[in-house]
Amino acid sequence: MKRNNLTRKDLAKAVHEKMGFSLRSAGDLVDDFFFHIRHALTNEEQVKIVHFGTFKVLKKESRVGRNPQTGEVMEISKRSMVSFKPSKELRQKINR
Amino acid sequence: MNKSEMIEAMSQELNLPQREASSIITTILDSMTDALAKGENIEIRGFGSFSVKDYGTYYGRNPKTGEQIKVKPKKLPFFKVGKELKEMVNQNS
Repeated sequence: MKRNNLTRKDLAKAVHEKMGFSLRSAGDLVDDFFFHIRHALTNEEQVKIVHFGTFKVLKKESRVGRNPQTGEVMEISKRSMVSFKPSKELRQKINR
Repeated sequence: MNKSEMIEAMSQELNLPQREASSIITTILDSMTDALAKGENIEIRGFGSFSVKDYGTYYGRNPKTGEQIKVKPKKLPFFKVGKELKEMVNQNS
């Protein structure tokens, strides 16, 4: 089954059609939206969007792991990652 | 940061009425939600991608009582952080 992916372009189109901005301005607005989320996460601030979900930065301590292919023991360095927890509403909409 | 803080930030930065900034954000989020509800993936370059994972029926346990329960099939959205954001987040750690 072929699935369509939603991209920045589709979001720009939605903003353009619903709100009457030019396609170019709508694209800038979409970029700005994601810029703010990225900016907050870069400052280790969590981003909570009602009815959608929460983005959070998780700090992972370094640990010892193994290369599953070679079995070689190696250290996995300390790092941060971004987690997303979907809201109840989003989960319900997806399961409808 | 929450949605209303984001509305405020966007309206100030772009010199838009708050009502308008709010509609823009709602439009973006609604489109994303609709796509996921249709089972589509979302791919935003420099940010990350969302996909929907299908889980079949499985048997779990109530952690409090130990009672075995059947978990119905469900779909869950899943976020994978993009390379650029991952690197940005790791720069100051």
